[in-house]
Amino acid sequence: MSGPNTEYDPVAVTPLQADQVEAMRDQALAAIAAAEDLKALAQARSEHVGDRSPLALANREIGALPPQARKEVGQRVGQARGAVAQALAARTEVLEAEHEERTLLAETVDVTLPTRRHPAGSRHPITTLSDRIADIFVAMGWEIAEGPQVEAEWLNFDALNLGPDHPARTMQDTFWLEPADSALVLRTHTSPVQARTMLTREPPIYVACPGRVYRTDEVDATHSPVFHQVEGLVIDEGITMAHLKGTLDHLTTALFGEGITTRFRPSYFPFTEPSAEMDMVCFVCRGVDPEQCRTCRGEGWIELGGCGVVNPRVLVACGVDPDRYTGFAFGFGIDRILMFRHTVEDLRDVFEGDVRFTSAFGVEI
Amino acid sequence: MKAPVSWIREYAALPDDLGIDELTHRLTMLGLKLEALEAPGDAITGPLVLGRVISRQPEPQKNGKTINWCSVDVGDANGTGDPQGIVCGAHNFDVGDLVVVALPGAVLPGGFAIGARKTYGHLSAGMICSAAELGLGQDHSGIIVLPDEAGVPGVDARAVLGLDDPVIEFEINPDRAYALSLRGIAREAALGFSVPFHDPAERELPSPDDSGYPVQVEDPVGCPVFVARTVTGLDPAAQTPEWMVRRLTQVGMRPISLAVDVTNYVMMELGQPIHGYDRDRLSGAIGVRRAREGEQLTTLDGVRRDLDPGDLLITDDSGPIGLAGVMGGEDTEISPSTTAVVIEAACFEATSIFRTQRRHRLPSEASKRFERGVDPALAGAAADRVAALLAELGGATIEPGCTQVGTPPPAASITIDADLPARISGIDIDLDTTVGHLEAIGCRVSLEGDRLTAVAPTWRPDLTDPFDLVEEVVRIVGYDRVPAVLPTAPAGRGLTRTQRLRRRVGHVLAGNGLTEVISYPFCSESDFESLGIEPADVRRQTLRLENPLSAEEPLLATTLLPGLLRALARNTGRANADVGLFEVSPVFIPTGSEAAPLLPTDRRPTEQEWQQLQKAVPHQPLHLAAAISGDREAAGWWGAGRPATWADAVEVVRSVATSLGVELTVTRATLAPWHPGRCAEFRIGELVVGHAGELHPRVVRSWGIPARTAVVEVDLDLLMRHAVDPVGPRFSAYPVAKEDVALEVAEDVPAAQVEQALRDGAGELLESIRLFDVYRGDQVAAGHKSLAFALRFRAADRTLTESESAAARDAAVRIAGERFGAAQR
Ligand SMILES: [Zn+2]
Repeated sequence: MSGPNTEYDPVAVTPLQADQVEAMRDQALAAIAAAEDLKALAQARSEHVGDRSPLALANREIGALPPQARKEVGQRVGQARGAVAQALAARTEVLEAEHEERTLLAETVDVTLPTRRHPAGSRHPITTLSDRIADIFVAMGWEIAEGPQVEAEWLNFDALNLGPDHPARTMQDTFWLEPADSALVLRTHTSPVQARTMLTREPPIYVACPGRVYRTDEVDATHSPVFHQVEGLVIDEGITMAHLKGTLDHLTTALFGEGITTRFRPSYFPFTEPSAEMDMVCFVCRGVDPEQCRTCRGEGWIELGGCGVVNPRVLVACGVDPDRYTGFAFGFGIDRILMFRHTVEDLRDVFEGDVRFTSAFGVEI
Repeated sequence: MKAPVSWIREYAALPDDLGIDELTHRLTMLGLKLEALEAPGDAITGPLVLGRVISRQPEPQKNGKTINWCSVDVGDANGTGDPQGIVCGAHNFDVGDLVVVALPGAVLPGGFAIGARKTYGHLSAGMICSAAELGLGQDHSGIIVLPDEAGVPGVDARAVLGLDDPVIEFEINPDRAYALSLRGIAREAALGFSVPFHDPAERELPSPDDSGYPVQVEDPVGCPVFVARTVTGLDPAAQTPEWMVRRLTQVGMRPISLAVDVTNYVMMELGQPIHGYDRDRLSGAIGVRRAREGEQLTTLDGVRRDLDPGDLLITDDSGPIGLAGVMGGEDTEISPSTTAVVIEAACFEATSIFRTQRRHRLPSEASKRFERGVDPALAGAAADRVAALLAELGGATIEPGCTQVGTPPPAASITIDADLPARISGIDIDLDTTVGHLEAIGCRVSLEGDRLTAVAPTWRPDLTDPFDLVEEVVRIVGYDRVPAVLPTAPAGRGLTRTQRLRRRVGHVLAGNGLTEVISYPFCSESDFESLGIEPADVRRQTLRLENPLSAEEPLLATTLLPGLLRALARNTGRANADVGLFEVSPVFIPTGSEAAPLLPTDRRPTEQEWQQLQKAVPHQPLHLAAAISGDREAAGWWGAGRPATWADAVEVVRSVATSLGVELTVTRATLAPWHPGRCAEFRIGELVVGHAGELHPRVVRSWGIPARTAVVEVDLDLLMRHAVDPVGPRFSAYPVAKEDVALEVAEDVPAAQVEQALRDGAGELLESIRLFDVYRGDQVAAGHKSLAFALRFRAADRTLTESESAAARDAAVRIAGERFGAAQR
């Protein structure tokens, strides 16, 4: 074909006649509609939409028409091609969706298969429980103090009003270091950390001291030569037993829930005077019909530890002015809390390193 | 300390309807903690009555035993009033004796049901009981024979035997020595219920004179008071009366003989330990002095003991005859034939008794009381009470003389601000209450302005300090009245940096799939040997326990590996070999030979003393150790598992260091217990922080753990000290230019050094470098390996041209070539 045909003879260009264009369009639409899959649709596309398709060829003929005819014919062919393109797009979308659906179906897996390839690690429950307790104190504005486990005898005993001939000293079965006169022990409580704190800081002092301690107990279900304690110490002006009670109530509430408070019973510790044993309301039965309760064994109360007003003799040895400051101190076993809070029945589990035990506690408690 | 309720009631006028729970609770809240409650009668049901033996027919049996066929009058208790026929195996009774009979239908302790049954050819309708059968102690030797006045046949035997008398066992704190007696416990009970107290120590006493048994006290500090009384004409056959036997049994003492039982009884009653000497076995005056070098004494328990010059002794002309306040000697002991008794009631200094008791490992009922503090004014009354009982029960005559050496020291006088109890307890306590309560415990109280002076009673040697008075007032007011007030701490700074870092490390390790363990720090020389750690190794310099729990493990660990490998072996033994364990704990490094000073306690240590003390405490750095064994990744439907290797151990250290922002240098090292070719050493600069790698196969074998187990041990304190806080990175959004290079180097060239060379050569356009392959084989020369690195270049301000990145790559390769002769492949 060459140059525009100026001699308009509609008869001469048959494919552009209206019925012909409609026929081409209908054929194309039918082929598209008939395509069952994306492959058939591609075939229909190349036959009816591609460069060599009748409508494409017809479109090319338009240029041969006289200008006055082009507009009408152009519109006719254009509409036909538009309809086909639209149908093609719609059909493509449908078939692609169907195809994807089939693919996804084919990709179905058994999601119940096991998936763990790497072991899950865990932190020791004593560590996480210590952290948890430390966080409660830190939230009150306290700080966490620490000290050595092999400790000077003076700090473990004498500075705490436990002189060499104090009967209470035999209550704590102590590991002594060689030689006998080295005056070093494995600390029997974390109280030497309190003494160190008083000796190195100015009041007001608000510290908690969690840590590992040692006593010469043979290993059994409830005893271990190595165990863990947290002690608290407050030295400030005007400190009373009421502050001690308030602190312990807050602690037990934070650890065991609303309504779990403490009570005091008179007791004796050389480093405190007055001294008390503290019990907390049983967090399982809450003291209501405790007879059946396995946690508190019918008591309604759980023994927590010892506490009291810091003995002024201790303040003197640790360089705190007993006329200006008073203080309180308390201590309890972390292992024991772990045991009753999480129903651990055998203390040996805590120290044997069986991963089945530790894994049960994950990374937070 | 055990106390029968009936005995408490003898001195404290408690209301008749006072329940046992109320009593024990009140005493617990006063500081006498309920330890246990015994009520033997609770275990007995059904008819248990008194009976009188009407006839007793001994019948020898074929088995060699002789039984007694008895007829026993049990009154109307059997419903008929007829005598009861009972077979009895015991022989310590006679016709006319009053005995205890369990009739058919009774159930004795242990669920032992009594019925009428055919035995030895008779129908035995019940049982004549021994003390043990009724749960009254251990005495199986014969049946109970009661004194005539105990009751008439047919009456319930429970009350007669005290079976309905609950016995409270108290846990007595060391400061309440006075409560190691019925006198003290009853005093507390009377105090608790505000009822009158009758003091059993209040007696009419003869004045001391010179005509008693001679006593010479050489050490009045060790023995401030010594009282001696003498009784003669004691009937050796006299029996301890049933009531005393019952009470001694109730408080847990074994009846022995009248003279011994009386001394024990008075100790329990008053709290004053008493010693009785057979006067006829004493030679000359009784003396009290310290032991001399080389002296020996055979104590009551038959042990010959070497005496220490610190031991306080009782002597006579023959030498030592007793460890004062601790245990008597064998030679002068009261025997079943003793008729004349010298009664010693003395007060010994607490510390001296404590030391002697500890030195000879001889805790006794006497030493327990003396080392806590005995009422120094009690000796006269106690000796008199013993003499009176021996006269009354044993037919003895009390000699007129009464020896007393020394006088009780004056009681402590304590002055406090009158409002101190209120100020310390936080309870609103008025002055009247304070004074009233102090007087109630026996103090003499006087007031002067705002100050209050209390003179402690003689039985309370524990009251010495102002705060002791506070405790007394507050415990009577009631600890339950202490209000709860949360103190306001000054704003805190949260956890310290080290505390935070330690948590971070724990999370990183757990996140890496490791499980934390806590092991005992005790270990042995053989632990080191089985780790292949040579005697010259610094880790063999350990601290040693004087009194280890196990003689096999006397050392404090300088490495966490023994504990960790024990835990690993335990897991392996429990069929769980695929584990990764870690521990973060201190190790114990001996640092000096100086002993820790024992400083005074009446003042703050001086700076110099404090430094000296600090220096004596061993270095205890926090270590991190890990052990990884078996499969690190499990086998499964996805394919094979991946066994743990040296690399997992090295990665533990790397990931911890990364989390702390610490840059470590890694080199290969040779160190036990690691595989000589598979041990990485980590350094910060020149400072070695630890090691990681595969264990030596010999170590694996001797510990019984899985082959190829890899372990880590690093000084975590050191790592944390070098931790660097993260700095926000700056990164470029321009495109990356990637360049891969493969370098052939000799086998012994460490990859890390080649990488460092590439880094040094690549210059600042280098964004990252990663070793992605190590190849050995046909394509490289023998003894060589090919290391393939992926380099990424990027500029902060522009898109790099190909020639720029190629130039940087070439520069990197050139440096590697210069340093290691690395050829690019
Ligand atoms: Zn409960």
